[in-house]
Amino acid sequence: MTARRGRQFVRKITDRMHRPPEQSDAATWETIQRVRHQERPYTLDYIARLFSDFEEIRGDRLRNDDPAIVAGIARYGAGPIVVIGHQKGRDANERTYRNFGMPGPEGYRKGMRAMALAERLDLPVLTLIDTPGAFPGAGAEERGQGGAIALSMRTMLRLSVPVVSVVIGEGSSGGALALGVADRVIMLENSTYSVISPEGAAAILWRDATKAPLAASAFRPTAANCYRLGITDGVVPEPGDGAHSDHDEAARLLDGYLRRALRELRELEPAERRRQRGERYRRIGAFRELPSTNGSALAAGRERMGERPGGSGAAPAD
Amino acid sequence: MTRVHVSIDRLRRRPRDERTTPSATDAGAACPGCGTHFRAEELVRNRRVCTGCGHHFPASARQRLDALADRGEWIELWPELRAADPLQFRDLEPYAGRVAKAEAKGGTEAMIAARLEIRGQPAVAAAMEFGFLGGSMGSVVGEKLARACDRAVAEGVPLVVITSSGGARMQEGILALMQMAKTVVAFEAMSEARLPIVVVLAHPTTGGVWASFASLGDVTYAEPGALIAFSGPRVIEQTTREKLPEDFGRAESQLANGQVDDVVDRRELPERIGRVLAILDRGPRGLDPPPAIQWAQERAERAARAAQSLPALSRRLAERFRRPEDEDPA
Repeated sequence: MTARRGRQFVRKITDRMHRPPEQSDAATWETIQRVRHQERPYTLDYIARLFSDFEEIRGDRLRNDDPAIVAGIARYGAGPIVVIGHQKGRDANERTYRNFGMPGPEGYRKGMRAMALAERLDLPVLTLIDTPGAFPGAGAEERGQGGAIALSMRTMLRLSVPVVSVVIGEGSSGGALALGVADRVIMLENSTYSVISPEGAAAILWRDATKAPLAASAFRPTAANCYRLGITDGVVPEPGDGAHSDHDEAARLLDGYLRRALRELRELEPAERRRQRGERYRRIGAFRELPSTNGSALAAGRERMGERPGGSGAAPAD
Repeated sequence: MTRVHVSIDRLRRRPRDERTTPSATDAGAACPGCGTHFRAEELVRNRRVCTGCGHHFPASARQRLDALADRGEWIELWPELRAADPLQFRDLEPYAGRVAKAEAKGGTEAMIAARLEIRGQPAVAAAMEFGFLGGSMGSVVGEKLARACDRAVAEGVPLVVITSSGGARMQEGILALMQMAKTVVAFEAMSEARLPIVVVLAHPTTGGVWASFASLGDVTYAEPGALIAFSGPRVIEQTTREKLPEDFGRAESQLANGQVDDVVDRRELPERIGRVLAILDRGPRGLDPPPAIQWAQERAERAARAAQSLPALSRRLAERFRRPEDEDPA
């Protein structure tokens, strides 16, 4: 059992992926500018390039359709796949229509509909993450924004089919993680993944929204840092100056990693895949464990995570 | 409390008089609702609820557990888990300094886990401590909750969680965000073991806590007046320029919105939770606890696999140890 598990971990894409060097504060801020570049490819841009055909499904069957999330069935190579992603808009009209990629509960519920479809038809799921966060609005709260995010995470956790998440742009807060509970989580080179946007953090922690660059360097929400902390399984390089400079090439680079990840995941038994998916999140964390005060040896014998000598954060994916 | 392995966990039983007399840090206060003034010992005795208008004063995790547990007796689990500073984070002051300050005030972390009995029903409980960095969820909260679920599964008892938190602990960055997923995974262990979870939402329950385990209870109560929201009113007003009503996100309106099962006065919580646990009690536990089933299944599978490979193995062995006299004489 252990040996088999060991082999599976060794087979993970992690070790073969591109490892960017640590970034300076200036480079971190540049990454944040790049991830917000007007021409940066969005979910629908990748869908158009990765898949030979795509049919969108709309609506949560309860209230309405939330255009901040797109979902549908697609033809990927020789087989079908279900894809779900946050969608931003490029011009002013579309941005308003897409609500700047900030979903309400209906968006997550549409996503769960698509996941149920995947489960029923035994199709792999791809999620593309690109949001400044879930929409902060009174209506969204009344209709259960918190519960929708939590349920979306649980639905992803329970899927028996392979699930891959790719952070293609901004991954901010629970609104991003709602689509991010997967067997493999990878980030594009210039994407970001963070507990809160730099502006939000600056407003709350520094009480000054103009301190966003400072917040960014404190959080280091970059792909390189998330990989180092063991949150993600790899980083996909972007072409030229960033994905915005060549959409086709950006999609082509992602395609290679995606195929490999799905191929690896297909080799696992569904139950084992699900077990590993849970385990992936169960071991994330960094804390101290004081020597037990009652002289019990049990605490010392317990699994210790984080607090590695000379390192920080969770173990880089074994 | 015969099920508890006292030697493993640090015992935290406090004499009765200590639970009903105020500690040095308790002070009297005037009710913001009706202006009635309470002395410190009155507040402790009333579970920090105004006897005049029912206003709920903030309560600490320890006070909540004292109130919940039969005879006020509970055993703290994993008090040795403490915050680390994985990002070497610094905002207006260093995170390590904030933690040290909160610990110096007598806190350990933003969640206290306990083994207790509620109206005779054994349970594992986890109460959040808003006084510790705003009850924010960092790695320790995630780990304690995960261990609490594992412990409940191992003992075959329900889990009771009392939340009071501003959300994810920003100073732990992306690791804090990931605790949302970790708590969902932890709750899943309870689902697989078919064990109930009761969640009590105390003021405030917002952000990543509300958007993860706090919304996944089987039965969910809220304390009167508690703010329950993913985005707080200030953030919503800033973003959307909406003017929000006074009762926005409050327990009573969230009950009307269908987001909670009931609004329950703190003084009635032990009774209500005890009743839920009693209704869901399946009778004597320990005959076939889920881990034992799992263990037996694993053993059986292993044996089945071994049996399958047996013919091949015996053929191979026969091959290897074949002696000339075994050969067919023909």
